[in-house]
Amino acid sequence: MFETFMIHTWIASTIIAATAGILGFFVVLRRSAFAAHALPLATFPGAAAAQLLGIQPLWGLLGFVTIAVVLLHQLQKLGRKDVAAGLVLVTLLAVGSLLLSMTDSYAPAVFSLLFGQVLGVSAADLWPVAVIASVVLIGAMCLYRPLLLQSAFPELALSRGISAGVIDLLFLALLGLVTAMAMPVVGALLVFSLLIAPAAAAQSLSARPLQALLLAVMFSVGMIWLAIALSFWTNWPIGFFVGTMGALLFTSARMFRYIRHRWLSTGLPTTMKNQPMKLIPTVPPGEA
Amino acid sequence: MLTWLGHILHWSFLNSGSVQTALLVGGSAAVVCAVIGVFTILRGYAFAGHALGDVSSAGGSASFLLGISPLVGFLGIAGIAAVSLEFLGVRRAREQDVATGIVLGAGIGLSALFLYLDTTTTSTTGAAVMVMFGSMFTFPANLRWPAVMTAAVALAMMAILYRPLLLSMVDPELATTRGISTRWVGLLHLVTLAAAVALAALSVGAVLASALVIGPAGAAVRISRRPVLAIFLAVILGLAAVWGGIWMAYESYYWFAGNAWPVSFFVVTIIFLSYLMSVPLQYALWRRIARPVQIAANAGG
Repeated sequence: MFETFMIHTWIASTIIAATAGILGFFVVLRRSAFAAHALPLATFPGAAAAQLLGIQPLWGLLGFVTIAVVLLHQLQKLGRKDVAAGLVLVTLLAVGSLLLSMTDSYAPAVFSLLFGQVLGVSAADLWPVAVIASVVLIGAMCLYRPLLLQSAFPELALSRGISAGVIDLLFLALLGLVTAMAMPVVGALLVFSLLIAPAAAAQSLSARPLQALLLAVMFSVGMIWLAIALSFWTNWPIGFFVGTMGALLFTSARMFRYIRHRWLSTGLPTTMKNQPMKLIPTVPPGEA
Repeated sequence: MLTWLGHILHWSFLNSGSVQTALLVGGSAAVVCAVIGVFTILRGYAFAGHALGDVSSAGGSASFLLGISPLVGFLGIAGIAAVSLEFLGVRRAREQDVATGIVLGAGIGLSALFLYLDTTTTSTTGAAVMVMFGSMFTFPANLRWPAVMTAAVALAMMAILYRPLLLSMVDPELATTRGISTRWVGLLHLVTLAAAVALAALSVGAVLASALVIGPAGAAVRISRRPVLAIFLAVILGLAAVWGGIWMAYESYYWFAGNAWPVSFFVVTIIFLSYLMSVPLQYALWRRIARPVQIAANAGG
């Protein structure tokens, strides 16, 4: 399992999982799960387009993720956010099905683009992953405070001169970068599971932003390690393990929270019981 | 003149059995999805509708494995997903996003496993393409009437739910005083939505199924705020997209020298363009009518 050809897989998936855990924290906080699901699938045609044009797949993915981010941002301004995400998703995915039907490797390509090809990572694939991950990390650090403030208290953020539109576009751009980085390795559908489940479980367990962020990264990395190991032993697709483990992790985190709340709140009036925890960032006045 | 026109448009395509099945099944999926889509958009359940479609792919791929009818597979898993969504708290606004995401992730994971087992244990090839992007022209002929029956049952369900669902969306407290259980009405809406999306998944593919739910209804509620008119518009748009897409896919065989383009591509493209066109139309209509109530009602979405 730790042979030389597997080393690249371990490194790449660890970087991807850690980055996805960090960004997932904001996805869950901002309730942008649909956008996080739509962007990877809208990037799907990039690989086929690159093959048709004879360029590096990464350029195709980056090109289509840019189209998707701009289109999503514009459509979200025009009307309902969820309708915008759904339409961008299906439209670009349909373009992808057209482009793939023009190349000769239709069926196997669909499966690996959707569900990933985690066991075939080469040393050359590592560089783009490392570079994009550091860009996303720096971006996330710069955006940490404004994003947190804007996600929790939109009016307060606005009064401090933080534009919701700009923050939203920058957030989508970071999400798009993670997507383009992760897609060739873990597949379009798996990126989503890594973004949502660990962060959702972490936020159920902790109300402190930094603590929840660290928990999300730990869950995400732990999940992908376990999934790779199980996939290596059973030969089953890694997407199955990540998806089901994510659901298990989330439901156990919720049950843990429920029990803890029952335990702590036995003395409280009934209306106070079972209330969902609120994630309140501790922003001291005069900062952010 | 008519024969010449017939030659250009290749009306003979209506004689083909597989085209008739595609028109029938795709058309009924479009109608049901458009009707339910209007309620789904107004309730803010577009993500849930999309997730049900993606998750139903697990049923489609399992049906190859078990050798059962794909209709049963798609419907069964979509129904299970609808109940799980309710269980995880999709009704509570702040939980909706995450609950949908978790069910979606788990469903996709199952789908990955079943598709993998399809390729290793049975001789099925291209199951991933068929389940994910649809197989309108290879739809099994013996399933066409069961599919239409499912659509009819879903439509009847929506006719029953029409008033209670609308009331519990607009004014939940009034609905409760009238003896309507908002929880049950919501769950029934989700289950009916699951059936509609499963039908769409069978025709345009699991990952594209939500196009039929979100697109026509999304455009229709921009143009009209009256539910009945919006439903009517959505049905027309949905039917035009599906039937137009089938016709264009059939014709594309002649356009591109024997390389027909996928049906789903045409259907989704028509839907997307009609949504884009609804935006200027909405503003043009508003300027003429300029009812402040409408603007206030739409600003929240």
